[in-house]
Amino acid sequence: MAKIWVYAEVHEGQLDPPALELLTKARDLGDAEAVVFGAGAKEAATKLGEYGASVVHASEDATFDDYIAQPHAHALFELIGQHSPDLVLFPNTYDSRDIAGRLSAKTGSTLMGNATDVLSVDKAQTSIFGGTQLVDVDLEGSPKLVLVRPKSFEPSASGGSATVQDVTVDLPDEVKKAKRVERHEEQSSGPKLDAAPVVVSGGRGLQEPDNFKLLEELAQLLGGAVGATRAVVDAGWVPYAMQIGQTGITVKPGVYIAIGISGATQHMVGMKGAKKIIAINKDEEAPIFSIADIGVVGDALKIVPQLIEEVKNRKG
Amino acid sequence: MNIVVCVKHIPDPNVPPEMDGDRLKRTGVQGVLDPGDEFGVEAALQLKEKAGSGEVTLVSMGPEQAREAVTRGLSMGADKGILISDDSLAGADALVTARVLAAAIKRNEFDLVIAGVESTDGYTGTMPGTLAEFLGVPQVTFVKSVESVDGNSAKVNRQTATGYHVVECELPAVMTVTAGVNEPRYASFKGIMAAKKKPLEQLSLGDLGLSGDEVAIKQKIAQITPAEERKAGEVFEDDGTGAAKIADFLKEAKVI
Ligand SMILES: Cc1cc2nc3c(=O)[nH]c(=O)nc-3n(C[C@H](O)[C@H](O)[C@H](O)COP(=O)(O)OP(=O)(O)OC[C@H]3O[C@@H](n4cnc5c(N)ncnc54)[C@H](O)[C@@H]3O)c2cc1C
Ligand SMILES: Nc1ncnc2c1ncn2[C@@H]1O[C@H](COP(=O)(O)O)[C@@H](O)[C@H]1O
Repeated sequence: MAKIWVYAEVHEGQLDPPALELLTKARDLGDAEAVVFGAGAKEAATKLGEYGASVVHASEDATFDDYIAQPHAHALFELIGQHSPDLVLFPNTYDSRDIAGRLSAKTGSTLMGNATDVLSVDKAQTSIFGGTQLVDVDLEGSPKLVLVRPKSFEPSASGGSATVQDVTVDLPDEVKKAKRVERHEEQSSGPKLDAAPVVVSGGRGLQEPDNFKLLEELAQLLGGAVGATRAVVDAGWVPYAMQIGQTGITVKPGVYIAIGISGATQHMVGMKGAKKIIAINKDEEAPIFSIADIGVVGDALKIVPQLIEEVKNRKG
Repeated sequence: MNIVVCVKHIPDPNVPPEMDGDRLKRTGVQGVLDPGDEFGVEAALQLKEKAGSGEVTLVSMGPEQAREAVTRGLSMGADKGILISDDSLAGADALVTARVLAAAIKRNEFDLVIAGVESTDGYTGTMPGTLAEFLGVPQVTFVKSVESVDGNSAKVNRQTATGYHVVECELPAVMTVTAGVNEPRYASFKGIMAAKKKPLEQLSLGDLGLSGDEVAIKQKIAQITPAEERKAGEVFEDDGTGAAKIADFLKEAKVI
């Protein structure tokens, strides 16, 4: 049976959920194992086992938390030499992109980025042109390397448990050159954007940063979180953590409300998986309407305050 | 401070993309310097200005036409350009691109290599990491601001999913910058005229001593199929009842 590895990230001691999505897929394709580096690795191993990893290669070494990409690529390459996996799946995140990129140079495998599905041990799929075309790619090299977009698979536990194997790889000074010296978190209240049942999202059509307060009020009423387009993030209206789309996060809420958003392909790839989409835009030609379940053509600054009142009335 | 900036020539993103068989059509279409790379060029120019000395070299791999992209960077103020162009590189994957760029960059000493976080047309964002490994140097990606750079190290703010980290990185290194890290300058008329006289070296794979399997393009497309389309629903002109219609919809969806 093919041996499939899932690279799992831990941040501040917490397991990052995409690993569980990947394991759910990996166990359908072969014998699933996980690799996890940094403080919290051992604890994460339990959860990884529950989602289908038979073995978890774990190291608690803080070097992995403090330094960027190099120690991870180095250790992975050593482990690959010892255990010969056929395929390694990574979440398409900041850190994993860096690690997988370096690993590709070491193993000489092509690296497939932005995958939205893994079809078999040697074939993965991605979507292009705003998700209108699906591209199947033959994977090359040993092992094969794929970065998968978060939320591509629905995680489900298998009820298994993993054997934990300690990783014993030397980390030379050459791999300790880019060091995190301070960490800053941008706190937000309410549910986390990528887990919220409702996302209220705003774009340049909101005219000015202050108007995002309206979205916050609406989101709070609906038990949701606020998202944004890259246009307003680049303009400095809201923090990057709120960016939805190709370069931001992917959301799949029950309801997505797009307000003053044109619907660029790079935005749509991050939200078109929503169950229901509502759009408000003053331009009836805006592409966002082509994927909306209900659309209202009009001025967001007029409609949103009315909507807040209508919602309050219905909540009674 | 010697800085290399990776600049990619891409089909004009304002024109709907065309396919050439199973890859993006790149020749015979209007091309531009990837707008994401203008931030890289600007970052390099600012660092050089601050350091008071050094050179900004642009490096690009692409078809002959990619000269336009390099020339554009030169007219913004970069000192010289290198274009690696070879027929066998059409459709190159990130691994081959990184190997080729690394070979070109390695020919001279450098303190810093700057690239975009991701290209506008390919957007895998993995090329810079692979390049850093081939160059044997560290990398800091997703840089949203540069605090300081001296001869030996750089201190930068790196974007994360929930905030940012301050990262200290030994030089030489590869750094990728986000859109929004700076305000790229316009090429002045003087800059455009000056660019015509700046050195722009064109290299083939042979010039870099690369051949055969090293630069064989292995990533293969098996098939392309249309995705299932999401159907558009009803669109109403707001006549004062738009908000109420949305609220009804939310109630039906059991959000209220
Ligand atoms: C490599 C790359 C990666 C990218 N990644 C992302 C990404 O991750 N996420 C992302 O979002 N974008 C991304 N983009 C950018 C994307 O292409 C668009 O530029 C961006 O999504 C547009 O944001 P917007 O809809 O807010 O602005 P615009 O496109 O300017 O749209 C504003 C909309 O507001 C409407 N409007 C104006 N006034 C009003 C009003 N009073 N009431 C109602 N409507 C109004 C207008 O009709 C218009 O449709 C990326 C681009 C590139 C090249
Ligand atoms: N052919 C190329 N020539 C020069 N730079 C490139 C090339 N391809 C990618 N890059 C650089 O690498 C970055 C990331 O590209 P990608 O991995 O394709 O998303 C881009 O923003 C460019 O700075």
